[in-house]
Amino acid sequence: MKQDFSQLRLDKVTRRFAAAGAQSIAALDNMTLTVERGEFIALLGPSGCGKSTALNCIAGLLALSDGSICLDEERIDILPPEKRGFGMVFQNYALFPHMTVRRNIGFGLLMRGESSADIERKVEAVVRLVQLQGHEDKLPGQLSGGQQQRVAIARAIVIEPPLVLMDEPLSNLDAKLRLEMRAEIRRIHRELGRTTIYVTHDQDEALSLADRIVVIKDGRVQQIAPPAEIYGQPANLDVARFMGYRNVLSLDVASQADGRAQLSSPGLRLQGMIKQPLGAKAAAAIRPEELIVGDGPNAIDGKIENVEYSGRDSLLDVITPAGIRLHVRSVVHPAVGAQVRLSVPPERVLVYPAESNQ
Amino acid sequence: MAAPLHTRAAGLDRTLFLVVPAALFMLLVFVYPFLYGLMLSFTPTEGGALANYIKFFTTDNLWPTIGTTLKLAMPATLINVGLAIPIAYQMRRKSPYQKWVTTILVVPITLGTVLIAEGMLTYFGPRGWLSQTLQFFHLYEGPIRLTHNYWGVLISLIISGFPFVFLLILSYITGIDPVLARAAATLGADPWQQFKQIYWPLLIPGIAMAFCLAFVQAFSVFPSAVLLGAPQGPTRVISIAAYEAAFEQYDYSLASAIAMLMGFVQLIIVAFVLGMRRVFYRGPVTGGKG
Ligand SMILES: Nc1ncnc2c1ncn2[C@@H]1O[C@H](COP(=O)(O)OP(=O)(O)O)[C@@H](O)[C@H]1O
Ligand SMILES: [Mg+2]
Repeated sequence: MKQDFSQLRLDKVTRRFAAAGAQSIAALDNMTLTVERGEFIALLGPSGCGKSTALNCIAGLLALSDGSICLDEERIDILPPEKRGFGMVFQNYALFPHMTVRRNIGFGLLMRGESSADIERKVEAVVRLVQLQGHEDKLPGQLSGGQQQRVAIARAIVIEPPLVLMDEPLSNLDAKLRLEMRAEIRRIHRELGRTTIYVTHDQDEALSLADRIVVIKDGRVQQIAPPAEIYGQPANLDVARFMGYRNVLSLDVASQADGRAQLSSPGLRLQGMIKQPLGAKAAAAIRPEELIVGDGPNAIDGKIENVEYSGRDSLLDVITPAGIRLHVRSVVHPAVGAQVRLSVPPERVLVYPAESNQ
Repeated sequence: MAAPLHTRAAGLDRTLFLVVPAALFMLLVFVYPFLYGLMLSFTPTEGGALANYIKFFTTDNLWPTIGTTLKLAMPATLINVGLAIPIAYQMRRKSPYQKWVTTILVVPITLGTVLIAEGMLTYFGPRGWLSQTLQFFHLYEGPIRLTHNYWGVLISLIISGFPFVFLLILSYITGIDPVLARAAATLGADPWQQFKQIYWPLLIPGIAMAFCLAFVQAFSVFPSAVLLGAPQGPTRVISIAAYEAAFEQYDYSLASAIAMLMGFVQLIIVAFVLGMRRVFYRGPVTGGKG
């Protein structure tokens, strides 16, 4: 078991599961990733995309079908989980129901054969870190969801693992607690100064926590980049959709030069930034909050079809004469049925090749 | 899951009436015969109310039957539980063999004690297959005596009792969330520690229950004690004594007293084992919010 490392390398990690009819599907397909010590990495993707599979492969709870995992020079994918020594926080916490909070947290230290005095001291310190003082002698069943969550985190970090793995640790909490715990997790990561790999399907969570985000879809890595880049420059249309580019318009490519493309379709002309090499047809992705109500570049005329008021701003459904529907987030609140002109700066129109099935 | 909070303020929950048939049934076939037997045991053919019980504990071929029965039922139950735990533990994961192994282990349940006894007589008897095979290969030359004695009854109790214990313990083990063992593994627990620290403590209440049920079953052994044992000697179990009192001496009152004592011994053991269970954790066997 390593105390610490400088690099974790996943090389073409693949995990297949037997599916109906003697076939097998790759839940995780050729994942290659290098994690530097101290990083906070988020694995982000929709449910069923293979995030947990990836995490379980790293933890040693699932055997690889192909590829390798190395910690510095040592190959670890052949080791059982108890020999890897990574801390893991499970989605449903997996607290031992028959042990008190104290024994749950001390379990990993006990397994490492530490003396009871050391165990007591370390447990006490970590209980303070996750702010669970006064609950040490309760059983998990007597704790609230947020407290159980803290126990799960404390149990994973008290062994001072070189790598902490978290599988959607906040998904069972209510919205307010989720925000609190998010800040908590970031703080704990900073204070420990260790490496964290964090699985989530929530873009906000990934954006706010991670140093780098790994976007996964259908078992394949789509993009690995810092949050700002994932948010502003999605590598492909799938990532764009997942990151909140809700308007995806399919258009013909009229011309392209200097990384910019002129797109057109009946009744619509758009200029945007080319993100991937284009063919004759393209898809333009625009965030609702980047469409502006008012005149400007890339003007689009339409009629308000629906207004969804949400406090500071409204979500508008605008339909163009050609029948294209656009989602717009706007601080002006026009009436339903009103004619509006929308515009969007070309830099905020991302142009990808059209999807083959369209 | 929280229990539904709304309760009807007034009036009876009508689903309560669903227990009426079961309650009537219990009353007719269990409570009434039991009370009748209890009364009968205190109204002996001669002597005072306790005459039957005094007779039982002063007659040389009656009181030792308790010990004889315990000597059969205890080891049989312990062996069955002891065998069932490791096998069921190995079977806890879904695997292609699980179905087959379970089926094979459970077959004796469908056979019934008499059929098992018949089979054992041909297999384990002095001229049975086992004996002949051992002699053929010169592994063991002496006569093999595994029938018409203590061992015959013990083996038959194990064969007929095991499937039941196995199924019960298997259901307890598969009820324990496997993610707990995985969590333990990430914390450094090797497979043995995973069993010792996680499965074993969570299983104890279930094992105690399985032990009690298996013990009660074994304690009331009758057919195999007669067919495979030495019913006048080492396997003269308590149910044989009751049978003789009822159907050979026609002393139903004494037979009732013996039956009451039999129930009493079972009750003591069961109460003791379930009492021990209190010492251990009892509660949900999953690890957190579902
Ligand atoms: N034990 C398994 N057997 C078969 N298929 C599985 C198993 N575990 C996961 N899968 C499949 O692999 C895919 C990815 O699962 P998972 O990694 O749990 O997704 P995520 O955590 O991203 O929601 C899913 O399609 C799921 O059905
Ligand atoms: Mg998952």
